[in-house]
Amino acid sequence: MAATTQSQPVLTTLPPASGRAGFRGTLASELTKIRSVRSTYWTLLVLLVVSVGIGAAITAGTAANWSHMAPSDQATFDPTQASVAGLFYLGQLVIVVFGAMTLTAEYSTGMIRTSLTAMPRRPVVYVSKAAVFTVVALVVTFAAAFISFFLGQSLLASTHDTATLSQPNVLRAVVGSALYVTLCGLFAFAVGAILRHTAGTITAVIGLLFVIPILAHVLPQSWYQDVERWLPDAAGRALSVTVGPAPPHLFSAWTQFGVFVIYTAVLLVVGAVLFRRRDA
Amino acid sequence: MIEVRGLVKRFGEKIAVNDLSFDVEPGHVTGFLGPNGAGKTTTMRLILGLDYPNAGTVKIDGKPYAGLGYPMREVGALIDAKAVHGGRSAYNHLLCLAQTNNLPKRRVGEVLELVGLTEVARKRAKGFSLGMSQRLGIAGTLLGDPAVLMFDEPVNGLDPEGILWIRNLMKALATEGRTVFVSSHLMSEMESTADHLIVIGRGSLLADCTMDEFIARSSGQTVRVRTPQPDLLAKAVSEAGPGAGTGDGAASRTAGPAGATPTATAEADGSLIVHGLTAAQLGDLAFDHGVRLHELTVVRASLEVAFMELTADSVEYRSGQGPGGEPAAASYEDPAQRQHTVEGRI
Repeated sequence: MAATTQSQPVLTTLPPASGRAGFRGTLASELTKIRSVRSTYWTLLVLLVVSVGIGAAITAGTAANWSHMAPSDQATFDPTQASVAGLFYLGQLVIVVFGAMTLTAEYSTGMIRTSLTAMPRRPVVYVSKAAVFTVVALVVTFAAAFISFFLGQSLLASTHDTATLSQPNVLRAVVGSALYVTLCGLFAFAVGAILRHTAGTITAVIGLLFVIPILAHVLPQSWYQDVERWLPDAAGRALSVTVGPAPPHLFSAWTQFGVFVIYTAVLLVVGAVLFRRRDA
Repeated sequence: MIEVRGLVKRFGEKIAVNDLSFDVEPGHVTGFLGPNGAGKTTTMRLILGLDYPNAGTVKIDGKPYAGLGYPMREVGALIDAKAVHGGRSAYNHLLCLAQTNNLPKRRVGEVLELVGLTEVARKRAKGFSLGMSQRLGIAGTLLGDPAVLMFDEPVNGLDPEGILWIRNLMKALATEGRTVFVSSHLMSEMESTADHLIVIGRGSLLADCTMDEFIARSSGQTVRVRTPQPDLLAKAVSEAGPGAGTGDGAASRTAGPAGATPTATAEADGSLIVHGLTAAQLGDLAFDHGVRLHELTVVRASLEVAFMELTADSVEYRSGQGPGGEPAAASYEDPAQRQHTVEGRI
């Protein structure tokens, strides 16, 4: 029966369905979406390479210079912070793009209309998208954080000033850097749901996470000390410090992280409400 | 079965859909016609819940779209064939759609084969021609074997072979007992496919009837006559005055504008084409004026012309007029101008 004509049915009958389409199918669908475009692999590869590469450059440079460094500088050198600095400062930028694109790419291509026709229960789509993004981001940022850390420590071996995960605050800094960077991506995802435009979202998030903290430095010192703990990026600084006293004027590391979680949660809720209510 | 009731959609000041009500019945192809900007796409988006109406309801087999258990098993809709992530392959595009409704994976290969895209299944959609994109979109609508199918301007930009393929597919789907709802701004596309017509203009319903009724109504007022005294008859027709053609009950929703002055136009072959009078009225008129008739034939007006006459006053953007146009009544008062408009669009 190979020689069938065009008009003959090719379609087999579907198994009967029970219940209704929900999270299981939509989560699988979002995973397919994220793994079936090349930009995902490029973006995540860039994130890994930049994070690990910058961390390696900083630690290798420090090791080469170690004998010329002042003893006071040697004493305050934070080997953990140095090794994950690449993830903190540049990985953050990459994840912002990735997080923003998760939703805005559907608007720029028009795919959102197809997606919401297949699954009209919008909260399910929104939550599934955010969940799949979070899981993928966590896997990549944790990998970047631990690779950066171990590579950095081995490059610093000659200085005999290296960190191990069992030392105080070191595990917190490594895990915290991965969580912080993931949260930056989720922050961008939420802004993307609100603005629905890739370039606008990336600009807005960079403004909120990078530019506002710089502008805040222009404030009088006493004002800045009051404001600093409420800035979204303060979580990163509080989490990454392992040597010396905790930064003054900040909450404790995880409380500071909690501030950023609250900002992100508020934006996610606003994004969800708009995603639910607006015409697609 | 799609039930639309009192649907209203405004975009700011502009009313896109104005108190629209109609049913789309299973078992045949229903054509959804209207000029560009009439509100066809908006109506379809409202049916699918992509846009929210300001008033009114849409039910599909008794439920709102978002309340369907497995939407793709009940409705297959193609609004925009280019609404696809270009970086994703045809196979993966269909797979991510199928997964949302827990449809089996094998279904993806089957619909790709049905639309003839098996060979490019692993190619990224951004390289697809419009025809291939339409086929991919149609493959998506068939994934869930739905009882209701909706296509928005599916043949736009297709080559003749693609148009024929889509026409035959729509007919075959309707023959299987499915509800097929397909929009177009060209009557000629519907002539050979649709059994039922829903015509809108400026968001309002202009006609909801079978194709046969539409043909009957639209041709009722155009008559061809042959007479040895054409000048006499033409004069009699033009003196018959407005309203002469309103007494025959043909002034239904799809009839031409009631009260228009009847006109007689000489054809190259010597016959006269009379608009605005029925054959009976014209015969009586000729008898009253002592004009001998050699032929009296009801002309089956081209559906395209009938459609354009019906929608002439609801065309959104017309050459020679500012965007938005004049109020609807303006062109009714001047048949010559209306005639000109119709001809200008052919």
